[in-house]
Amino acid sequence: MSERIIDPAAKGWATSWYEASARARIDGLLDAGSFREVVGPEQRRMSPHLPLFDLPRAFDDGMIVGPGRLDGKPVLVAAQEGRFMGGAFGEVHGAKLVGLLRAALVLKPDAVLILFDTGGVRLQEANAGETAIAEVMRAITQVREAGMPVIGLIGGRAGAYGGGGLIAGTCSRLVVSEGGRISVSGPEVIETNKGAEEFDSRDRALVWRTMGGKHRRLTGGADAYADDTLAAFRRAALDMIERAPAFDLATLEAEQARLEQRLTHFGDCRDATEIWARLGVNDPEAVPALTTAAFDTLLASLGETTHDAR
Amino acid sequence: MEKLTFRHTTQRALAGAKAQAITGVVASGNLEVLLERALPATECTVEIETPIRGYGEVWAAVVADFVARAQPGGLRITINDGGARPDTVSLRLLQGARLMEV
Amino acid sequence: MSGWHRERAARDARIEAGRAHAAGKVVTAAGVVALLEAILQPGDRVCLEGDNQKQADCLARGLSQCDPGRVHDLHMVQSGIVLAEHLDIFEQGIAKRLDYSYSGPQGGRIARMLYGGQIELGAVHTYLELFARYFVDLTPNVALIAGVSADLDGNLYTGPNTEDTPTVVEATAFKNGVVVAQVNEIVERVPRVDIPGDRIDFVVEADKPFYVEPLFTRDPAAMTETQILMAMMAIKGIYAEYGIRRLNHGIGFGTAAIELLLPTYAERLGLKGQIATHWALNPHPTLIPAIESGWVKQVHCFGSEVGMDRSIRERSDIFFTGADGSLRSNRAFCQTAGLYACDLFIGSTLQIDLAGHSSTVTQNRVAGFGGAPNMGSDPHGRRHPSDTWMKAGREAQVAGDPALMRGRKLVVQIVETFGEGLVPAFVERLDALELARKIGLELAPVMVYADDVTHIVTEEGIANLLLCRTADEREQAIRGVAGYTEIGRGRDRAMVERLRQRGIVRRPEDLGIEPLDADRSLLAARSIKDLVHWSGGLYEPPAKFRNW
Repeated sequence: MSERIIDPAAKGWATSWYEASARARIDGLLDAGSFREVVGPEQRRMSPHLPLFDLPRAFDDGMIVGPGRLDGKPVLVAAQEGRFMGGAFGEVHGAKLVGLLRAALVLKPDAVLILFDTGGVRLQEANAGETAIAEVMRAITQVREAGMPVIGLIGGRAGAYGGGGLIAGTCSRLVVSEGGRISVSGPEVIETNKGAEEFDSRDRALVWRTMGGKHRRLTGGADAYADDTLAAFRRAALDMIERAPAFDLATLEAEQARLEQRLTHFGDCRDATEIWARLGVNDPEAVPALTTAAFDTLLASLGETTHDAR
Repeated sequence: MEKLTFRHTTQRALAGAKAQAITGVVASGNLEVLLERALPATECTVEIETPIRGYGEVWAAVVADFVARAQPGGLRITINDGGARPDTVSLRLLQGARLMEV
Repeated sequence: MSGWHRERAARDARIEAGRAHAAGKVVTAAGVVALLEAILQPGDRVCLEGDNQKQADCLARGLSQCDPGRVHDLHMVQSGIVLAEHLDIFEQGIAKRLDYSYSGPQGGRIARMLYGGQIELGAVHTYLELFARYFVDLTPNVALIAGVSADLDGNLYTGPNTEDTPTVVEATAFKNGVVVAQVNEIVERVPRVDIPGDRIDFVVEADKPFYVEPLFTRDPAAMTETQILMAMMAIKGIYAEYGIRRLNHGIGFGTAAIELLLPTYAERLGLKGQIATHWALNPHPTLIPAIESGWVKQVHCFGSEVGMDRSIRERSDIFFTGADGSLRSNRAFCQTAGLYACDLFIGSTLQIDLAGHSSTVTQNRVAGFGGAPNMGSDPHGRRHPSDTWMKAGREAQVAGDPALMRGRKLVVQIVETFGEGLVPAFVERLDALELARKIGLELAPVMVYADDVTHIVTEEGIANLLLCRTADEREQAIRGVAGYTEIGRGRDRAMVERLRQRGIVRRPEDLGIEPLDADRSLLAARSIKDLVHWSGGLYEPPAKFRNW
């Protein structure tokens, strides 16, 4: 007779967002039992393209969507499974996200939450994937224009790269953790095109300085920094819904101005540590090693870095 | 892709009333298992789609052992395999059965 | 000319020829080729320090730039074939014959060159065995070694990665050989003297620091439920059962998972202080949680591990450190410790046959042995008893007068039934036999012989071979844990059930372990970052392991 030695129902031990599956993230993020998956795995709406390449398919094509509640508020949620095809956008995957955003215009939730974990477009379904990415960006602007914030949560293994990075750029607010990364071109692509001297993709400390969560938060490329736990992302998402900007001309003009300023202030910097020094960080080299608490203290001491420009 | 289907009869239906459950991820060395309470009480089917050809006998043995152990009567089980090892397959099937017993 | 000091005279002549390219003992990196051409004679036995971790890479590059017209037909005797240059010199005709121990990264190329006849092979050894022969019939004429720093007198600081150096220098310097050391820098005073200067003839200030590979770091993020289940079985079914205090872990995820389960799973079983207290082990980052939780009394190391220097310095109660504070490793002594002073070796493998012979050789790669056959063997020269050793000895119950019984060292092979690419780990016939035939080896490269293996742990269970009395029982015990491989599926089910009744085959359930409990939440650390936190920020992982 074997005794159970762990109690999966026990709360308290913090579950890593980075390690969690897309479904586990939704489960930890939303109010218990409130999520109703739409076009779920039992529908078997799978990729029509992958079998041509002898590649295995996923029942939900790596995109999980549906309504739920966040602290009682009605929200729509989309989560990418980063371990399936690197979370990349395929035809069905992309269509589900587009569909969710269009549904927001009808259902009018308090917010739409997108849990990014993607390397970009799925090469095997490139045309459909890229089309979907463009449709998502357009749909996000429509949702924001209708007054609903779109909050991006980024903290998975794949990060938010390629088209995912572009979509993140259209969100109202972004929450990022230390392990999360946001960019368009990936490290290997930069190295292949510009050489290892310019960017050594194997130097992971460099990759995270350039694209990682702490750097994005420090420069305002992300608006909130969360510890790598489901609980921390939940708190941050709730906070960001309250603080989403209006989607109007004033916001866009302010965004433009801040991006121009960022270029002026930091355009000649060769490394993120130089940027951080100019931001007023006393010991830039120590930033990657800072604990969440220490990093939060640093952010507070630097003053308001949240703004609308990414 | 290789498609395999196994049909079994069990002595009893799987406990619980859960209609469906899913476990695992389609990634290298892993697999996704969808379980649906969709069949008569003492029937069980396991359908597999896998990119690794030629392991039919191994799949048959793994499935047979799982059925004998978990008695998953009434379940339609569908698997998308990413090249998982047999013990990982057993583990996911048992995890899935447990999720369905709630 | 007759006489009893010819070697010494030859040595003096070499050194004088070399002095022409040196200022005192010091040679610039640019002068390496000229130095080597001056001191080397055709047919010399040369030890080019290719340890498991550190490499005398500046000297290796220099050697491969020598003129084969002047330097040729060398007999290379070295632990590791690791750098490309180690094999280039054979293609160039600079080297002809080879005696070595380990060739992991160069396994494929070495196999091709052996097959193609470009290398005349003496033998493949274990580390300790090769060191032993340095003092008998493979004494080097010239040793090309690597250290961290040297002073102008040639006193060497070899630091955390001391590894093989003292052994190589002992054999060479005291038998009329010439020793050349490459160092990262020449200093006024070394932090501690690992090798006294009168054993060093030339010091080269290398163009860049010597190469070290992080071989023993395993990312907890990559650990699977299967590896965790096997670790649980090993802890409960073997460590607890036999009371394993003194042990060596082979390299790999399987043993790293055991290390990460000590502060959690083993703690819950109440085993702290009773197991895993004294170690012969490289400084595995995955041992940090166990050390910080108070499980470990002390560790002796073969070498160091990239990123661990600071955390070792702060734990001088645990590790062997010099007066300067840094680690002092020593492969020869640590191998001896693993052989005689440990009651258990546990490591992974690639293939096991029906008798229990185990090998990591595949048809196209020769990885050599490293330390495994030495660690993974029962030393007949052992005399001191321990509870573990005696218990295992009673289980083996060899025929004869019980008053003349000996104990047995536990030699455990921990392996998943299917490896990379769904290749079965259990086979009828080892690939090693085919490779031996193909390249004309006298012995098949077996890593652990069947009569040394005491237990096999797979995800299906534990097979205790000590308790088997016939070859048939042994075969079925192995089949009984071989899972869904062809070997496993070919088992005699009735016989395996009987073996299970006798405790020869034990499944997780028999050990009171629920396979669904084998969950990553059991790991004391689930990421490299967690290990950094456990170490209080002292552990500095190499760049390739970072995600921050």
